[in-house]
Amino acid sequence: MARTAPQADDTDASGDVAVSRLARLMRPFVGVAVPAFAAVAALLVGAVMLLAFGANPLVAYGELVTGAFGSADNLADTAVRAMPLALVGVGICIAFRTDVINIGGEGQIILGAIAATVTSMAFDDVPRVLLVPMVIVAGAIGGGFWGAIPGALKAYAGVNEILSTIMMNLVAFHFLSFLLQDLLIEPGAIKIQQTRRLSPNADLPLLPGGTRLHIGVLIAILVAVLGYLLLFRSALGMRLRAVGHNQDASQYAGMAVKKSVTQALAFSGACCGIAGAVLVFGSESHRLIGEGGAAAFTQNAGFNGIVAALFGALHPIFTVPASFLFGGMLTGGSDMQRAIQVPAALVVALNGVVVVFVVGSLRLRDRLRTWVGEVSSYGGRA
Amino acid sequence: MSDFFTVSVLVATLASGIRLATPFLLSALGETIGQRAGVLNLGVEGVMLIGAYAAYITALRTGSVVAGVMAAMAAGAAMGVVYAFITVVMHATQGISGIGIFLFGLGFTDLLFRQQVGTPVPIDGLRGLDMGGLSDLPVVGELFFQHSALTYVAFALVPVVWFAMNRTTFGLNVRAVGETPEAADTLGVRVNVVRTQAIIIGNVMAGLAGGTLALDVGIFQQNLTSGQGFIAVALVYFGAWRSSGVMAGALLFGVVSSTVLQLKTLGIIVGANSTIAAMAPAILTIVVLVLVSRRIGAPSALTVPFERDN
Repeated sequence: MARTAPQADDTDASGDVAVSRLARLMRPFVGVAVPAFAAVAALLVGAVMLLAFGANPLVAYGELVTGAFGSADNLADTAVRAMPLALVGVGICIAFRTDVINIGGEGQIILGAIAATVTSMAFDDVPRVLLVPMVIVAGAIGGGFWGAIPGALKAYAGVNEILSTIMMNLVAFHFLSFLLQDLLIEPGAIKIQQTRRLSPNADLPLLPGGTRLHIGVLIAILVAVLGYLLLFRSALGMRLRAVGHNQDASQYAGMAVKKSVTQALAFSGACCGIAGAVLVFGSESHRLIGEGGAAAFTQNAGFNGIVAALFGALHPIFTVPASFLFGGMLTGGSDMQRAIQVPAALVVALNGVVVVFVVGSLRLRDRLRTWVGEVSSYGGRA
Repeated sequence: MSDFFTVSVLVATLASGIRLATPFLLSALGETIGQRAGVLNLGVEGVMLIGAYAAYITALRTGSVVAGVMAAMAAGAAMGVVYAFITVVMHATQGISGIGIFLFGLGFTDLLFRQQVGTPVPIDGLRGLDMGGLSDLPVVGELFFQHSALTYVAFALVPVVWFAMNRTTFGLNVRAVGETPEAADTLGVRVNVVRTQAIIIGNVMAGLAGGTLALDVGIFQQNLTSGQGFIAVALVYFGAWRSSGVMAGALLFGVVSSTVLQLKTLGIIVGANSTIAAMAPAILTIVVLVLVSRRIGAPSALTVPFERDN
């Protein structure tokens, strides 16, 4: 990385102090500002696509913003949409900080949802105060199991986790489809791949206020806090981050590298599995539904959670507001699509553009961060 | 099950396995070139979808399969330029930006299809070549001499890619920037230019692979590729970054896919069990990865962006 501070030293000192003051002000926002600008740039590309479809981008994006943040109900919908993103995002923080790329969020969500669904079916009559925590824990176990497999394969057999997690997604997708056509299918339903209405005792309780907002939002925040404590306030997290930072040095220092890699993907999968449980029991239908491909039920959260985590600079706490903003884009996107009558696929395409732009902007962010760090420390010395 | 083990069924299964291997082979060979240059492209799935749609809509509008093939390659080239910009210029994390390309391809092609076509219209797709006497030979004729031209192109590319990688300056440069970009740079190889070229070639082949798929089935639908592009990436690991190994992998997956189809057609696996059978390629990929991953190393600079230290 090119150092810019020495060049700054050459210019006149009074200007430098002003610049460094500005840099200090910018410091807390750099991490978020650059990806946010990237997202705006992606929306500009989306505007071109909208124009091509004969829609007015200003009207369309107006619909998007109102749809996302325009009313209490819309805000609640955005929060509901953001929950799985935040949960997956926290899992991504854990994996990426250990230098393990988890692209298996989709499959881990599906396995979490299956485990939670089976649990609720087996314990139909358990009182709500017990059954809700039970399905959440079951989701964590299901997802954690599905994450631990590629984790162990990477640690002990050297299998590239990017490939194995993608394959695990495909397996999970077909497995869900099998279950919904066979063991878990609603009696009487033939064409629709869905379970029966699951036990009301497992419904995630709604929060007061008369919106669709349910307790999942508290679960997501709790998991984010736990993720933060795990990563930054525990010996285990210290080990994970050390392995992520330098595997060889960690090995040399006597840390259990292989165990850490497996654990990181298992924790990551557990967070995604909780997202799966929340998606099922916080849904309006209270069923596990498979129609229209995996994306219909997982809402692509396994991929989008990665973006949310990158928005949140791989910090579990910051991932929560990042997910809310990103969730707003997705709910608003659906409203926009309905209002201006373009196919829902537009939102998926736009989603892809946002991923590419945000990931592509991270180098700029790092450069800006380095520059801000150097310039503001220069001002401190002057 | 005995229905399956007859000569005619086995020959038909193997022949269609070779046909189904074609898109795997084209996209995996392209990915091999990119990875040898140090760039992982997980967006193959998305590029294949875009190539497939480009081929479909062009063939539908013009009635020309050749025009469809050209359109698929052009679409692939365009995506190659985009991906090169994202990864080589902007240094984006390759695994995740590839997922972005996948989502874009998935949504964008579905969107265009609904807007421009709506209800699926079949097209006159690829036809098997008629090689006269050769095609009429028993067993051998059906296995090897009744395929479409693109299948022969794909298999002909195996030695071509080998030669290009191992016996030309371009191939040497590609391997150099994939292994030790710093050393290559010192020797005057323009690392990012070579990588960009490798990415574009790889994407053209991915686009062609998608086009082959659409022209083969004569139809386009949402998520036509259903994971084949991701498997193609895994095939590169399977083949240990060598074109012959990649070909073996593509054939294996083609035959597995055709076997599953054949068992369904014969009614040996029915209903929900067919979704279990659909897991076979993905599970096979994982097993294969376990077996091969210790054997040979990836290009050293795979996924590592290059920037000259000034």
